[in-house]
Amino acid sequence: MRSGDRWIRWGLKPAVLALGLLPFGLLAWGALRNDLGANPLETVMHGTGDWTLRFLLLTLAMTPLRRALGVAWPLRLRRMLGLFSFFYACLHLLTWLVLDQELAWHNIVTDIAKRPYITVGFAAWLMLLPLALTSTRGMMRRLGRNWSRLHRLVYVIGVFGVLHYAWLVKEDLREPLIYGLVLALLLAARWRPRRLRAGVRLGAHC
Amino acid sequence: MLIKTPRSWELKESDVTDEQAFRQRRRLLQAAAALGLGAALPAHALVGPQGGGRPLPGLRDTAYGKDLKPTDYEDITSYNNFYEFGTGKGAPARNAKDFQTRPWTVRVDGECDAPGEIGIEDILTGFPQEERIYRFRCVEAWGMIVPWDGFPLSRLLARFKPNSRARFVAFETLYDPERMPGQTRRVLDWPYREGLRMDEAMHPLTLMVTGVYGKELPGQNGAPLRLIVPWKYGFKSIKSIVRIRFTEKMPRTTWSDMQPSEYGFYANVNPKVDHPRWSQARERRIGEGLFSGKHPTLMFNGYEDEVASLYKGMDLRRFF
Repeated sequence: MRSGDRWIRWGLKPAVLALGLLPFGLLAWGALRNDLGANPLETVMHGTGDWTLRFLLLTLAMTPLRRALGVAWPLRLRRMLGLFSFFYACLHLLTWLVLDQELAWHNIVTDIAKRPYITVGFAAWLMLLPLALTSTRGMMRRLGRNWSRLHRLVYVIGVFGVLHYAWLVKEDLREPLIYGLVLALLLAARWRPRRLRAGVRLGAHC
Repeated sequence: MLIKTPRSWELKESDVTDEQAFRQRRRLLQAAAALGLGAALPAHALVGPQGGGRPLPGLRDTAYGKDLKPTDYEDITSYNNFYEFGTGKGAPARNAKDFQTRPWTVRVDGECDAPGEIGIEDILTGFPQEERIYRFRCVEAWGMIVPWDGFPLSRLLARFKPNSRARFVAFETLYDPERMPGQTRRVLDWPYREGLRMDEAMHPLTLMVTGVYGKELPGQNGAPLRLIVPWKYGFKSIKSIVRIRFTEKMPRTTWSDMQPSEYGFYANVNPKVDHPRWSQARERRIGEGLFSGKHPTLMFNGYEDEVASLYKGMDLRRFF
């Protein structure tokens, strides 16, 4: 085992794991102490939604980062970051289903069908699901070339996630626009190197 | 024979708190407020020109909403939609902390025989102030129970003698980006504008509000003078009013100008007419915690007996 490998496995990854759980810990702590503001449900909905998008963007940043820096560690974090995005998306959805909609299935189905921001949000979660399920090394091997085809869904998920946020806010679009801008930059960063890729070739699978 | 039908908010004589007990409670509260303030602020702040937090003198109690449990003062004054001070729910409380409300005059003109101006001190001393506990329902499907202090709007309007062409009343919020930092960005088409039909404005439930919980309004709640129309969504209840105008035509209003498909002129609370982006059938009560569940939305926010007649024959789906 190379020393860099050990540093990633025993230093970087546990640190990212702990940091990724921090927002969840803070929300849970706030919920226990009843200290989530005047509208705690809104705090939890917004908090879990924000972190879903942030981890999704971080996940998408890993490939360009590896190319820019020419180091291996960003790719080693990609799966964990993606799973964190899925984790917060599940919390977001569960909070909505259980605490906001109180499991009134008729209303839930109506809302998903009728309100575009919920439709795209739910669709984004549905697309995250197969990506999370196929994130293991075994599934990667089994799916072969189809694995990367399937995981290109993450670009659609990113767009849907930002739309979900933008269609929700009333007038002040600043925050969703920032997420949208970062997403656009990260997608653009993938676009250009494509032509160069044959010449540069930094790694076997990107 | 006089047959008296009790209204939904009325209570039996026996339910009313003994006045002696009420006065005593109020004195205790005021003393506590003064002590609390005195400990935290320099002495001049207590007598300074700033509104917000100072107890309102001579407040009369009423039976309105005595069966409702008021939301905490802390929640009412920290969770606000007031884009003039920022778009986040907590931004108004932060950015309105030093909002100066003196001097403050309201210009009243348009279709009336006695147009003119009135200062906030005249409003505070010239109209007997009373406390009414009302439901407050935001279009965003949350609600609060608020003990407002103020007086019926009809009394203020009558002073300016609206004429027979006055069919609507238009209101405007202060426009002053120096004092209202949210106005430096064009999130809304400033100044904020709202309006009521004349019969809605003259309705006894419609209040000019100067305080909350017996104290002058804090900036984030619309100091020093705001409207409260309890059967309508909160955005109708315009804050920090500087201008009132009687008009013949229906006035333009801020939110329905920006998103006509989402916000109407009437904006009556109605569980059966959804906002395009969310259901209005139920609402979350602020201050009840994460796991409390929602309450069913009441028609006209629970004031159906009092106001339904205003809209007789109107299609409330069309005129939302």
